[in-house]
Amino acid sequence: MKLLNCPMNGLRPLGEFVFGGEHREMPDVATCTDQEWAAYVHYRDNAPGIKKEWWYHSPSGTWFIAERNTMTDEVLNTYLFGKGPKSDQAQEPAL
Amino acid sequence: MSMRLQKQNGEWISRDKPVRFSFEGKEYTGFEGDTITSALLAAGVKVLGRSFKYHRPRGVLSFANHDINVMVTDGKDTNIRGDVVALENGMQLQAVNTDGGVIKDKNSYIDKISPLLPVGFYYKAFHKPLFLFPFWEKLIRKSAGLGIVNFNFPRINKRKLNAHCDLLIIGAGPSGLAAALAAASNGLEVTLVDENQQIGGSLSYDHAGSDANRKLLGELLNKVNQTPNITVRKGAYAAGYYADHMVPVVEAGGITRVRAKAVIVATGVFEQPPVFRNNDLPGVMLGSAAQRLISRFAVKPFNKGVVVTANSQGYRVALDLLTAGAKVAALVDFRADGPRDPLAAELVRQGVKIHAGHCVYEVVPSADKLGVKAVVICPFDDSNNVVDTARSITVECDGVTMSAGWAPAAALLYQSGIGMDYDNTIQQFVPSRLPKGIFAAGRVNGVFSLENRVADGARAAAEVLRFLGKSAPEVAVGKHQGVSPSHAYPIVPHPKGKNFVDFDEDIQVKDFINAAQEGFDNIELMKRFTTVGMGPSQGKHSNMNAIRILARIRALPVEKIGTTTARPFFHPTPFGHLGGRSFHSHRLTGIHAWHEAANASFVDVGAWSRPAYYQKDGLGKQQLVQQEVMAVRQAAGIIDGGTLGKVEVCGPDAALFLERFYTGRYADQKVGESRYVLLLDDSGVIVDDGIASRLADELFYVTISTSNAAAVYREMQRWLQIWQLNVGLVNVTGVYGLINVAGPKSRDILQPLVALDLSNEAFPMGSARVTNIFGVPVRLVRVGFVAELAYEIHMPSAYALPMWKALMEAGANHGLRAFGTDAQRLLRLELGHHMPGYDTDGLTNPFEVGAESALHMDKPFFIGQRSLQIIAKKVLTKQLVPFTLAAGFSGEMPMDCNLVMENDKITGRVTSIAYSPSLRRVIGLAYVAPTQQALGTEFQIRTDNGSLVTATVVATPFNA
Repeated sequence: MKLLNCPMNGLRPLGEFVFGGEHREMPDVATCTDQEWAAYVHYRDNAPGIKKEWWYHSPSGTWFIAERNTMTDEVLNTYLFGKGPKSDQAQEPAL
Repeated sequence: MSMRLQKQNGEWISRDKPVRFSFEGKEYTGFEGDTITSALLAAGVKVLGRSFKYHRPRGVLSFANHDINVMVTDGKDTNIRGDVVALENGMQLQAVNTDGGVIKDKNSYIDKISPLLPVGFYYKAFHKPLFLFPFWEKLIRKSAGLGIVNFNFPRINKRKLNAHCDLLIIGAGPSGLAAALAAASNGLEVTLVDENQQIGGSLSYDHAGSDANRKLLGELLNKVNQTPNITVRKGAYAAGYYADHMVPVVEAGGITRVRAKAVIVATGVFEQPPVFRNNDLPGVMLGSAAQRLISRFAVKPFNKGVVVTANSQGYRVALDLLTAGAKVAALVDFRADGPRDPLAAELVRQGVKIHAGHCVYEVVPSADKLGVKAVVICPFDDSNNVVDTARSITVECDGVTMSAGWAPAAALLYQSGIGMDYDNTIQQFVPSRLPKGIFAAGRVNGVFSLENRVADGARAAAEVLRFLGKSAPEVAVGKHQGVSPSHAYPIVPHPKGKNFVDFDEDIQVKDFINAAQEGFDNIELMKRFTTVGMGPSQGKHSNMNAIRILARIRALPVEKIGTTTARPFFHPTPFGHLGGRSFHSHRLTGIHAWHEAANASFVDVGAWSRPAYYQKDGLGKQQLVQQEVMAVRQAAGIIDGGTLGKVEVCGPDAALFLERFYTGRYADQKVGESRYVLLLDDSGVIVDDGIASRLADELFYVTISTSNAAAVYREMQRWLQIWQLNVGLVNVTGVYGLINVAGPKSRDILQPLVALDLSNEAFPMGSARVTNIFGVPVRLVRVGFVAELAYEIHMPSAYALPMWKALMEAGANHGLRAFGTDAQRLLRLELGHHMPGYDTDGLTNPFEVGAESALHMDKPFFIGQRSLQIIAKKVLTKQLVPFTLAAGFSGEMPMDCNLVMENDKITGRVTSIAYSPSLRRVIGLAYVAPTQQALGTEFQIRTDNGSLVTATVVATPFNA
C-alpha cells in the first residue's frame, strides 16, 4: 500500500486517505465565459504528468494538495491549500 | 528400497524424530524436517503424481515448488505441494488428479490419444452444435483441474501483522547473506526472508563434491547469528511487491506486511529444464533437485543416472551424485566444447564417460512406463539444433538429471516496475532499470560466480546505504567470465513429441509450433492459446523455454519477444492469509435496542442500520407500512432520525459560509429560524438537502441526509479551507440523537412537555428553539417533510433512548406509533417532496425537479451557481412531475424506474411510486418530457410485464 505524507500528520498509509480529484483553478465566475466555465467543470485532459490533486486525510479531516506524477505514481510534494510553493499562492477563487 | 543416505553434513532432517504417514493407502516413515516428497523418495517411491492433461506419471522435477508434479491432498486441502510442505505425523495423503490411484490411474489412456487433443482443441471442438455445449462443458470441467475442491473447507483465519525495517532482503543465499551483513554492520535494521526452511540458498546444496560452500555458509550464518540487527524469517516467502516498498511475507502462521525503506531482491534463479522426449518420466529431474535431495534430505535420487547438461552446472551435479554414491553412467553435454570445464578432468578421473556435442534424444521408459529404463544419446549440433539420429547410443540407467540454464526469479522486480534487458553473454534477462529503493543482487542480477555473488550482495548493500543518505564505498563486482551459465536453446526436436516445456500444463514443443501457425505468435497470445505458464507454478520452469522457442519460430532475438508479467502472488497464497475478519462495521443509534425489542426489520442506510418498519405477527410488510403511514396521517408517528448527518457551523463567517456552500439565503436568517438547504456540485447537479437552524448569531445547526453525511461534511471542510473563512465546523452526527414526532396529534403530545408555545402563530413551520423536554436540553425544530405538523427533537445522544421511551409513554393516549424508513418515504411522497439520490440522479439539476424557489441566483456566489446560469439558458429536456393513476387502479402495478413512454419513445422514468393508504390511490413522481408536464396531461408508463398504464400529471400535495 502506498504511503502519503499528510502535511499535518506525516507519512500515513493510503487507506487513511480519500481522493478528492484533480485540483484545478476556478475561473472568476463574474468574468469567465460560459465556455471557460464549462471547461473548468467538465474538461480533464487525462494526460499523464505532474498533477495537483486534492487528498483528504480521513481520521483527522485534513484536506491538502499533493503534486503527483500520474505516470510514475510518485508524489513529489504535499501541502495545505494555499501554503504550497509560490505558484500556488494566488489560487483563491475571486468571488 | 530405501534411498536414504548416511548422514550428510548440514542435512535438514532430524533422524531421531521419525514421522509416520501414508501415501495412496500405504504406510511410510520419514523424519522430522522431511518434506512429503523427500520422505517418499527416501522410501523408494518414485511415482508421486499424474500430469494435468495426459495423466502421465510424474516424479520430482524441481523439488523447489517451481513445478507441481507432486500435488497431494489430505482429503481436506487439495493443494498440498509435496516438494516443500513439511511432513507431519499422521498425514494421510493421496495424489490429486487420478482416477484409481497414482499407479493405476484409469485416465492414463488419455496419454495414448493425446495426438487427438492438440492445444486449442477445447476452444474449437465443442462450440457446435450449441445445444450440446452444456454436456461437453460438464465433461471438460470434470476432467480439467487438479484435485477436487473441498467445499467444506473450514474457514481458517490467519493472523495479520505489520513490520517495519530499513532494509528488506528477499532471498538468503550468498548474495542476500552478504548484503545483510554489509548493511547491518552499517547500522541498518535488516529483515532477511527466505522461503526455505533453512537459509543459505545454493550454498546448502550445490557442492560439486567439495566442502568449500558448506564452510562459507557456516561462516556467514555464524556472523548473521551474531548480528542483532538482522531479523531472519525462514519458511517465509515474499508474496508480492506493493507501492512504497510494502512486501507481504507469508509464513505458515500468517501474513506480515513488511514496510521497508529499501528492498534488495536476491531471489536467485529457477533452474530451467532442457527439453527432450520423455523428459517428464519419474526419475528425470533437474540437477538442482538432485543436489537438494542429497544435501538437505540425504536422499539418493537414483542408483545409476545419466547427467544431461548444457552448461557447467551438470558437472557439479555429477560430482555431487558420485559423492552420494550414485553411479553416473554418462554425462551428456549439448556443447561440443563442454569438456573444457575445469571439473571435467575430475569426472573423467572418476570414470565418468563424457559425451560432448551430444544430446539425450529420448528417455526410454521402463516396461511399466512408470520410470526410466535407458536414455538414447545422439550427436547434436546445438547451434543449428540438428540431431544425428543415425549414430545413437543407448545407455541403461534409472534416472536422469537435467541442467540447461536458469531464469531469473524476478517476479517481485517486475512488480516493482523494473526494466529488463537480455544479456547475451549469460543468455538471461537482467535488470537494466530499477525503481527508487529497489536493488537486485546475485544471480537474479545476472551475477554467477560465487565470488561475484558475494561481492554483488555487498555492492547492493552499499547502494542501499547511499540511497538512505549514508556514505558507503563503491564495491566492484567482476564481469562474467567464460561460458554462459544458460544455454541459448536447449530444445531437442523429436518427431514423436512428448518433449515437455511446461510440465504443469503438459505443453510440448509442437504445441508452440501449432500455435504460431494459427497466428498466436506473440508471447501474450501464445501464452493464452497454449496456456504455457498458466498452471499453478506460473511459468517458473517453463516461461523461459517458451520465449526461446517462440524466438526461434519467429527468427527473432529473444529480447524482441519480451516476457509476460509476473503478478502477485509469487506462490498461491491460501485465502486464510488474505481474508479479513468478516468484520462489517455499522453504526447504531442510541435507540437501537428499543427497535430490536420492537421487532424492527432493519435496513442499511450508509453506515447505519435503521428500522425499515416494525414487524407484527401475521401481517405482511406492505400492510405494516400502510398502518404506520395511517398512524402519522391520522394521529402521530415517531421515527428515530439519529442517523441524520449533523454539523455545527459556527463563527463570525458562518452565515457567509452557508451562503456560498448552499443555494439559499442565510445572511438574513433570524435566530430561532430554520431554512431549507440545497447543495449542488460545480456542474449544478443536486447533491443533498437538509435544514439549517440558526441557534445563535454565529451558530448554525445543519442536517445532512444520512447516506451523504460523511461526503458533505468533507466538502464543507474542503471549501472552508479554500475560502479561508472564520468558521469552525463540528461534525456532531454521533453527538446528537434525533427524534421526529409527526402527525396531527404531535403538538398535543409535545405541548405539555415544553415551556414554549407550540401554536402555529408562536412556533410556525421553520421555527427552531433550544428548550427543555423532561429536563433534557433539546433543539426543537418544526419541520414538514413527512407531515404538515411535525417536530424534530435533537438532544445529546445519551438521552435519546430515555427520551424516546418517555415520548412513547406521553403519546400512548394519542395513538403515537413508531414508523420506519419505508413509511417515511411514502409519507414524504404523499406531500410531494422529492429526495436527492432517490428522485434525482447524477445529472439532475434543480430546474428539473422544480426547486427554483430554493435558488438565490442573485447571490454573488454559490457552488454550482455559474453552471445554473448556463443551464437556465437552455431548454429543459425532462421535468419531475407528480402523478396519480386512475382511482381504483388494479392492473400491473408500475414500479420505481419503469419507463415513461410517448408512443414508442422513452421520455422519462418513474422515480417513486406507491399506493397511498390515506389518499386511497397510487401516487408517484416521474420524469417526463417537457411536453408532458402540464397539469392534467396523461402519459404512459411501461410496466415490467410490458403493459402500458396511464398516469395523470397532478399538483402537490396530492389529493384523494
